[in-house]
Order: sequence, then C-alpha cells, then structure tokens
Amino acid sequence: MPKMVIETCSVEWLQILDEDGICDEELRPPLSNEEIKKLFESMVLARTFDEKAFKLQREGRLGTYASIYGQEAAQVGSAFALRPADWMFPAFREPGASFVRGLPIHMILQYWAGDERGSQIPEGLNDFPITIPVATQIPIAVGVALAAKVKGDPIAVMAYMGDGATSKGDFHEGLNFAGVFSAPVVFVCQNNQWAISVPLKRQTAAKTLAQKAFAYGFPGIRVDGNDVFAVYRAASEALNRAKAGKGPTLIECLTYRLGDHTTADDASRYRSREEVEQWKTKDPIRRLKKYMEKRNLWSEAYDQAVRSNAKEKVERAVRVEESLPPPDPRDIFGFTFEELTAELKEQMENFLKVDGKERSESKDVLYG
Amino acid sequence: MSTETIKTTYREAIRAAIREALLRDERVFLMGEDVGRYGGCFAVSKGLLDEFGPERIRDTPLSESAFVGAGIGAAMGGVRPIVEIMTVNFSLLALDQIVNNAATILHMSGGQFNIPLVIRMTTGAGRQLAAQHSHSLEGWYAHIPGIKVLTPATLEDARGMLRPALEDPDPVLIFENGLLYNMEGELAADAGAVDISKAAIRRSGKDLSLITYGGTLFKTLQAAEGLAHEGIDAEVIDLRTLRPLDTATIVASVGRTHRAVIVDEGWRSGSISAEIMARIMENAFFELDAPVARVCSAEVPMPYPKHLEDAAIPQAPGIVAAARRVVRGHE
Ligand SMILES: Cc1ncc(C[n+]2csc(CCOP(=O)(O)OP(=O)(O)O)c2C)c(N)n1
Ligand SMILES: [Mg+2]
Repeated sequence: MPKMVIETCSVEWLQILDEDGICDEELRPPLSNEEIKKLFESMVLARTFDEKAFKLQREGRLGTYASIYGQEAAQVGSAFALRPADWMFPAFREPGASFVRGLPIHMILQYWAGDERGSQIPEGLNDFPITIPVATQIPIAVGVALAAKVKGDPIAVMAYMGDGATSKGDFHEGLNFAGVFSAPVVFVCQNNQWAISVPLKRQTAAKTLAQKAFAYGFPGIRVDGNDVFAVYRAASEALNRAKAGKGPTLIECLTYRLGDHTTADDASRYRSREEVEQWKTKDPIRRLKKYMEKRNLWSEAYDQAVRSNAKEKVERAVRVEESLPPPDPRDIFGFTFEELTAELKEQMENFLKVDGKERSESKDVLYG
Repeated sequence: MSTETIKTTYREAIRAAIREALLRDERVFLMGEDVGRYGGCFAVSKGLLDEFGPERIRDTPLSESAFVGAGIGAAMGGVRPIVEIMTVNFSLLALDQIVNNAATILHMSGGQFNIPLVIRMTTGAGRQLAAQHSHSLEGWYAHIPGIKVLTPATLEDARGMLRPALEDPDPVLIFENGLLYNMEGELAADAGAVDISKAAIRRSGKDLSLITYGGTLFKTLQAAEGLAHEGIDAEVIDLRTLRPLDTATIVASVGRTHRAVIVDEGWRSGSISAEIMARIMENAFFELDAPVARVCSAEVPMPYPKHLEDAAIPQAPGIVAAARRVVRGHE
C-alpha cells in the first residue's frame, strides 16, 4: 500500500498595511474615515497611557506595570472588532484593548497601584478582570462561550494570551475543548516573542503559533500584529465565523514587546539593542499615520489635538485614581463568599481591631 | 412529610438529585469524562443521557483543567453546570482552576462575578483502586476560603445536598465516598433539599463525642453500638459540611460529653482532623476531661492489597479502641 498524504495544513500570513504605510486596498477592511481615525486615536491613547504609567511607577506612584509599548495595534485592532454584547478576557497586558472596550482608564492604574477595586468591572461591560496566572483564563473564556452557545446568545468571546501562554496545559486543554464543542470563541495570541526573558524558540519548536490550531480542528492565522488593519480584519472574520456557529479561530499577532517585561525587569540583560531597534522601525502608530496622511486624514494640527486629548484623558485618570480614598479594611472579607460565614465574621471583627483600636484609625491601615 | 419510603442506594439517590435538577431548571447540565454513554465511571449518571440528550449530559475530552475551567466560565455565563470529576486524585489536574480561579474570582472581581458552580467527585479508599485513585483530599480543599465543601454520608444527604449546592452563589465541591455508592436503605419517598449549614448528631450519647463525616460515618456508628455494649454511651456527629465548619455543634457536644475522638479517612498531619482538634482547644479546652484523640489513615500512599488497604484506613475496632482509651484512660 503506498503512503498517502491524508491531511495538510497551511498557515496564512496577513499583512495589509506595511511599514511604510502602503496599503493593500483590496484587503483593507471596510472602515469609514471616522473609524480609521478612531483606531489611530485609540492607539495614541494606549501609548500615552503606557508612557505615563511607566513614569508613575518610576516615581513610586504605581506598584508594578507591564508595558504595552509596540503592541498597540494588536490590542486596539482586535478589541475594535468586538460588539458590546461580546465578552472579552484579557491576560494582563491588554490595557489598549480594555480602553477600546470602555474600561475607565483610572481602573487600570488602580489595579497596578495595588487597589483591587480596579478589577470591579463596571456594570454592563462584558469584560473579565486581568488574569495573572498565565493562560488560566483560557478554559474559563471557553466556558463563557459554551454558555452562550447553550443559551443561544448571538455573541462571541475573545480571549487574549501571550506567546508564553501557548506552552501551558490550559492553552492546549482550552483550545481542544473549544474545538470539540465548536464554542464561539476567538483566541488572540499576542506573540511579542518574549515571555519575560524566555524567547519564542524556547517556547516551541513549531514554526508558527497559529499552526497549533490545526491540531484542534479549527483555523489559525498569523497576522502582522503591528498592522491594525490586518488585526482588525482577522478579528472581525473570526468573530463572524464564531457567531455563525462555525467555531473557534486562533489569531497569532506577530508583534514585539519593545519595553521590559514589567517595570521590575531590565530586558537589556537578555536581548540585544539591535533587535529592539529593528522592531521600532515597524511601529504600528507611525505606519497608520503615514497611510492617513496620504488619504488626507492626518495633519499636524490633528495629531497635536489627538495627543493633547489623550494626555488630558490620562492625566485626568491619574487624578481620579490618586484622589480615591483607600479601600476599607473590611473590603478584604467582603468577597470570599457571597455571604459572610460565621467563622469569617469572627475573623473580620478581630481583624478590624489593632491593640483594641479600630484598624482604620490606627497607622496600620491596609493599603494606607 | 409523608412516612412513605422507598428502597434506594446512595448512587441512585445522587442520580435522583441530578435528574430532579435537570428537570427543575433548564440551565442545569452535567459534564465530565464518560458521564454520557458510559453513565459515569461509578454509574451515577446511568440512563440520564437517554432521558436528557447529549447537550445536557455532556461527555467532555479527557481534560480536567478544561472542563473545570469551562464549568467556571459557564457558571459565570448564566448556566448551571454540574461538573463530575472521576476521582479526587484527578481533581489535582484542575487544582489551579479550583483554587486560583473558582475560589478567588468573586474576590478578584470585587464582587462582580459569582461562580455558582457545582463540582462532584469520588473520594476515599476501600475499593482496591490503589494509591492514585483512593485518597481523601476533601480536608485539603476545606483549607481553601472561597469554596464550600460538602461530604454527604447518608441517603438523605446524597439526595438532598445537590439542590442547595446548585442554589448557592459560591462554588461548591461535593465529595462522594466511593464505598457508599452501593449502600442501600430506606429513603422518604418525598425526600428533597436538605439544610447544609449544620452538622448533624446521628446518635446522642453522654460519655464522649465521636466526630466524623463521609465514608467513616457508618463505621463510627457501628463502633458506637459496640461501645454501648461496654457501657460507653457515645455521641456521633456527622460534620456534613467541612467548609464552613459548624464549630458550634462540635463545641456544644464536647461541652456535654467532655471527651472527643475524631475519625477521618484523610491523613492526620495538617488535616481537617487537626483543625477540629484545634477548634476544640480554642473553644472547649476547660470542658475536656481527657486529651482529644483521633483515628485517621496511615500516612502512606494507599496500599493496593485488600488486607493492607483495610488496615490502613479507619475501621470500627480501631475507633472502639481509641474511644476506650479516651474514656477509661488506658488500653
Ligand atoms: C502559571 C504562571 N506561571 C508563571 C507566571 C509568571 N509569569 C508572569 S508573566 C510571564 C511570562 C508570560 O509570557 P507571555 O505569555 O508571552 O506574555 P507576555 O508577558 O509576553 O505578555 C510569567 C512566566 C505566571 N504569572 N503564571
Ligand atoms: Mg510574550
């Protein structure tokens, strides 16, 4: 019996807007001028926020912070394709996506400043809080998608993860499960090529991350993650597919973490300056700007206005965040169970007193 | 309540509870490995696939972390999953989802996301399934704030604990001791939901308190009968819920009997039995007439040979001997 090929897989690469702002008009998603401006403004806001958060941390006004410098298109382009009724599960490096969804800017600052009220997602926003244990949000996101399918809700779920996350069991289990039940979920992997100090080639011997989807029985695509049109297009198509009952998609956004892993890291210890400089030439904001300039959607005056507007929004968020009263010590007991158990009530009462005084009046105030 | 009873088993009682939940609420579904066509690895869900179909009796991939994680997401997303894990040993593959996610999401979201998830699993030894299928880790789970831990031992509880678990806005773990599945008895024909907030006194007595739960309840009751012949009148407490623990019932009983023995199929070091002893020390130390004792499993991986497995876990004679020592101070 001769050997036969019974299955092949191919991985598509999608780039619409190149580094020089040259656009493949045939592939360009049908976005209005206003929407293109919105993409630009959202990316500028994300970067403005990032720069400010970094400074705040250096000034001791934030605990730690994970920079999104360089990844603005991957975040904005994907989240822009979501509808409000859809669900969004961030990992921990997606403020750009969260702002597009409508999360108040000060809440991300609050979170990284160590105030857990920053994770209290406002009513009506179908977003999950930041997930720190890598990849564990994936099976949960799949479960929300399964619930939507069971209930017949015409929505989809978008779950973010990094390249490092693709080595986790949860990634495999979650994607496999989603494939089996054809869950309406879109997996967006921001392949920024580093997981702290570990480079992509230490995560996998596979040529792409996108190809992993084939083993789970659904499509995977690699897109230029610094090309906001490509990311938006891939995300829109995947969401439509999911909502049409055709199951999940994995989108690998090839991008680069231009900053350190977090403010507690110094990436120069493990990667070359040349590599970083090389990726700076692929800047997602600059290339959209070039494109918009050609289409008369961009001018110096517009740019100035967008930047000062973003700055103002971020400064306002800082003021809001820094003027909030510290959380009440009682808060840490409030959300362990829906109702305080007898044993927790007793522990709380003891906790609220320090040397016979109310904790809130003592110097020991939690988060104080 | 009618006095009419039916003859049933622990397994059938759980099945009846699942069936009732599926009939009562269309959001409820069961998922896990081999729960459908196969009927569950301990035959608990047998027949349910035919009655409810594959959407509601959902066979999953062999993927503990995925189906527990998806259960969390599904519960968040407005349906009511009952997740079955074959045994507590395999729940360790989903420990991250249970401990880091199910137990913390309400807190991490500042009260935004309840996880009304029910996870059922088999626990315990005595069935010659060797060390990787036989441990009793429910006490371990009881260490975790944010989840509730139920250990039904009686037919009433097997039948009645699922409903309050499903109605609970918090994640609930139900541990079914594998030795109990075939236990047969009479159950009220109209048995239904039970209160899960309190321990139960299964036998009243005045000389000592035997405190236990789950698979060792009936061995402890048997020991109490033996002790009665020797003139020792033992009270038997079935904890029923390991978190939150009903300290008041324990302390009140010890206050009456002044002596206590804890019987737990788990290992003793850093265990729920140690926790109960600590609570007695904290709350009833001056009531005690003798040191508190306990009967636990040998601290080894569960042996495979039948006679060694039986010897490694609590049995009635060992419970009787421990009780005698506590009451009479010798032997
Ligand atoms: C399960 C788990 N293991 C380890 C860590 C510590 N950790 C935090 S971020 C990170 C790297 C993540 O890399 P990647 O998935 O590529 O995301 P990126 O940081 O690049 O956005 C590690 C190892 C963690 N948070 N969770
Ligand atoms: Mg990475």
